[in-house]
Amino acid sequence: MAEGKYEAGDNVYREDNKFYSTIVGLAELRNNVITVIPLKGFYIPSIGDIVIGKIIDVIPTAWILDIRAPWNAILFAKEYLSKPLNVMKEDIRSFLDVGEMVMAKVTSFDRTKNPLLNAKGQGLGKIQKGMIVEVNPTRVPRIIGKKGSMISLLKKESGCQIYVGKNGRILISGKSRENEILVAEAIKKIELEAHISGLTDRIHEFLMKRR
Amino acid sequence: MGIRKLISEDGLRIDGRRLDEIRPIRFKIGVLKNADGSAYVEWGKTKILVGVYGPREAHPKHLAVPDRCIVQARYHMAPFSVEERKSPAPSRREIELSKVIREALEPAIFVEMFPRTTIDIFAEVLQADGSTRCATISAASLALADAGIPMRDLVSSIAVAKVEDQIVLDVKDEEDKHGSADMPIAIMPSKNVITLIQMDGMLTYEEFKKAFELAKKGCMEVYKKQRETLESYFKEIKVGLENV
Repeated sequence: MAEGKYEAGDNVYREDNKFYSTIVGLAELRNNVITVIPLKGFYIPSIGDIVIGKIIDVIPTAWILDIRAPWNAILFAKEYLSKPLNVMKEDIRSFLDVGEMVMAKVTSFDRTKNPLLNAKGQGLGKIQKGMIVEVNPTRVPRIIGKKGSMISLLKKESGCQIYVGKNGRILISGKSRENEILVAEAIKKIELEAHISGLTDRIHEFLMKRR
Repeated sequence: MGIRKLISEDGLRIDGRRLDEIRPIRFKIGVLKNADGSAYVEWGKTKILVGVYGPREAHPKHLAVPDRCIVQARYHMAPFSVEERKSPAPSRREIELSKVIREALEPAIFVEMFPRTTIDIFAEVLQADGSTRCATISAASLALADAGIPMRDLVSSIAVAKVEDQIVLDVKDEEDKHGSADMPIAIMPSKNVITLIQMDGMLTYEEFKKAFELAKKGCMEVYKKQRETLESYFKEIKVGLENV
């Protein structure tokens, strides 16, 4: 890919003075650091990310969540419940059970241990209503748009609340099902047509036409 | 040996190829929706479908290794892939090829980046006409790239054989069966690293050297095809991102 006095950033490795990309993506040179932005891939957790997880297993004091990453995430009972869980008296499944969706924040992750989640903060916790669509995690910046232009357009035109998880799961919650379906279709359109320019304008047109 | 000769007087093989000519190869990426990465290859009459899943949590859990991700490969031939129905149960040969394919691909993957996980590769041979392991390895490395798994390089693979005392490139089924030696080889072309080399039969030192050089040349041709396929597949997305 390149040769010379650079530094290897994300998705790049060096051998002597030669730099190679490890994935298919777009190369970027900034401050002498070469990075490659992936075109397709999976989600790698990072501390502070807001993700939407699906509960796949329950153990005595924690839930195991699928967050579309190589590792399953762990949500301890104390990171979700306001008071300590009494395992003798209460059943952890009465709070959250397999199949339910949770909006949570990644609090710890370093590849040697599974990511830990917290679901206590504002806007976090069990998802009660709405609709969830999945997109490739590499397309998340596209759904948000430049300085949030795309997401604010979607919110304004549909009147729905939209929460984008860093792991490519998006929660849409609106007044009616029709509205939610409209946003879901728009998001799928963004994912499919991310490569054609003038995307924001076309999505605007799409929303106006369908209303 | 059969009545028909495998190489004619004017140096052409039974399908009309020259000795150092490969069959037409066509790769296709992203053919399976449910898999994280997938590829399909038509290599002459050989047709193979590869799906890649992962990195994901290993099941059963005791398979996971603390410092790296494990690679699991499954090579399987469909019952209808050969002339006489093949029993769908994994045969001795399929188990061996699964292992060989895994070991040919593992050096290319950054396994240490995903400790305690697994990458699963499933290859289904839909139609077999020789060189299935080479086609599987080449297609699987594209499927891995499609899944976004970090790799040192693509893996390109091809087989050479000794047929009627001549060294030929890209072995076809009949040449494999009636030839006197065959040697599949897989390399990481831009690193010049061999990840697979097997030999069945006997070659002299000179023959081996000649066969090896020919195989390297063949791998470069496969590598070119692989890169072309990747580029055209990812081009659409690329054009888009530049227009943000």
